[in-house]
Amino acid sequence: MTEAIETGTAADLVRRPGLTPQDGLVLEIEDLVVQHRRERSRELFTAVDHVSLSIGPGESMGVVGESGSGKTTLAMAATALGAPGTGTIRLLGRDLRSLKRAELRALRPEVQVVFQDPHGSLDPRQSVRSGFKELRALQPRRTDWIDDEDLVGRVRLAPDLLDRYPHQLSGGQAQRVCIARALMMRPRLIVADEPTSGLDVSVQADVLELLREARRTTGASMLFISHDLAVVRSICQRVVVMYRGAVVEQGDAEQVFARPRHDYTRRLLAAMPGSRWRAGR
Amino acid sequence: MTQLDAKVPTIVATEHVARARRRRRTSVFWLALPLVAIAVLVVVLPMTGLLADPRQTDLDNTLAPPVFLDGGSWDNPLGTDKLGQDVLAQLVVGGRLTLFIGLVGALVAIGPGTLIGVLAGYCRGWVDLVVSRLIDAQLALPFILIALAVISSQGSSLPVLFLVLALTGWAACARVTRSVAMTLRERQFVLGLRAAGASEPRIVLRHVVPNLVGTIVALGTLQIGTAILVESALSFLGLGVVPPDISWGAMLASGQDVLSRAWWVATFPGLAITVVVLLVNLLGDALLTHHDPRKRRR
Repeated sequence: MTEAIETGTAADLVRRPGLTPQDGLVLEIEDLVVQHRRERSRELFTAVDHVSLSIGPGESMGVVGESGSGKTTLAMAATALGAPGTGTIRLLGRDLRSLKRAELRALRPEVQVVFQDPHGSLDPRQSVRSGFKELRALQPRRTDWIDDEDLVGRVRLAPDLLDRYPHQLSGGQAQRVCIARALMMRPRLIVADEPTSGLDVSVQADVLELLREARRTTGASMLFISHDLAVVRSICQRVVVMYRGAVVEQGDAEQVFARPRHDYTRRLLAAMPGSRWRAGR
Repeated sequence: MTQLDAKVPTIVATEHVARARRRRRTSVFWLALPLVAIAVLVVVLPMTGLLADPRQTDLDNTLAPPVFLDGGSWDNPLGTDKLGQDVLAQLVVGGRLTLFIGLVGALVAIGPGTLIGVLAGYCRGWVDLVVSRLIDAQLALPFILIALAVISSQGSSLPVLFLVLALTGWAACARVTRSVAMTLRERQFVLGLRAAGASEPRIVLRHVVPNLVGTIVALGTLQIGTAILVESALSFLGLGVVPPDISWGAMLASGQDVLSRAWWVATFPGLAITVVVLLVNLLGDALLTHHDPRKRRR
């Protein structure tokens, strides 16, 4: 069951009413440069440095690199949620820069983000159910395919958790709610920004499995950001290695991890616990 | 499609206890209780007819000492002032006006202050730049200067007093709400809502402002204390409430020239101001801690 769906998604796409399957790329980034101005010194530093990448329908792309290597900035720019920077970003074939405000808002639900801090991703004053309700009000046509009980069931939460407020949820539970919220929108692209780093090791695997499943049910592509190479390896077909804002290596995940060509990738692999790779030479 | 595989265990709800939250709520309760009691007393007592008429002068019985001093009597439990008016009755009736000024004065300050602060903190950019400079400028101006300017041009009346309170109070509120709005706009749930297609006004009105309510309530409480102090100071200087209206500040003013002979005339309203402002400030601090996003459990 798993293997077939992991790669092929055409069938899933057809299953989604109201959305036509598209053969074009889901996300296409060309020569993206994002610069931040430091708060105090006002000096510019380049967070994302001439990055190009593309994600096809149903594809799962991993972005790895240490903290501060520009992974999150890349994701935020790609989803039009953060600083836009320069270069071209095409989402479902549409250039984000050419879009009017209203067009951008209409396009946004196609991309859903699962963040690192699940509690920060939920309004503390909203119960799980009223949060769902608001999303339904915002996107009635997208979200009418599933009811609340079925939705929480898909992320393996008991229906009585629907009436909880975020502070009454554990990190793992809250992250499941976030995945449910993303799933509900039937996005074409799920961006997962370190979705497991804030969680206990015991629940990390569950969350990954649920993300895999969410991708399977929606046929969405995924941009998976993590510094955990083992996780990326288990969930992504392709991988991009970032170092100081630039892509140093990209390609098939198995290949990159089995035969890393760039020195930085080797060092990353060596830093992995239980890895056979050794730094240097 | 709806069948679920058993790879991931389903989470069943567990009992959740928030003891720390409850404890903080208790301290808020014990601080609020005496304040509410004072407010109720001040409103109800004059209606019972137990009090003397606060404006009834009695020139044969001026500066009578309170009951616990030699020569005091239960007719005037807290003594009389230089016109022979009952201090206790004045204290209660004056409390009405003082508390009313405190409440309304706080509202007129936090209303515009919150609005400006949220706008600046959420929009950032040039709006924030302008507002921040305005706040800095406002906080650099001594309130007495503004009060003198406004009152000398508009005369002294309740609406003018509220204008002064609004002008002097908005900046502190704006500064706090701005910083809270700034942290809220960076929260990921705001990004998530944007990704779901929510408009900016919707995010501000439905998510940023509701999350600010705790802070606003706490700020408002602190502002009541400030408003009472401003009122007292202005009335003491003869710029706020003037006879025949009675407020604690006005009582202080009328008692100051007889302070060496009859300390009770100025001391009781002074004590009342101190106690109420202290309680209000402690309550405001407790509420602020209660709602501080940094101190709240994440």
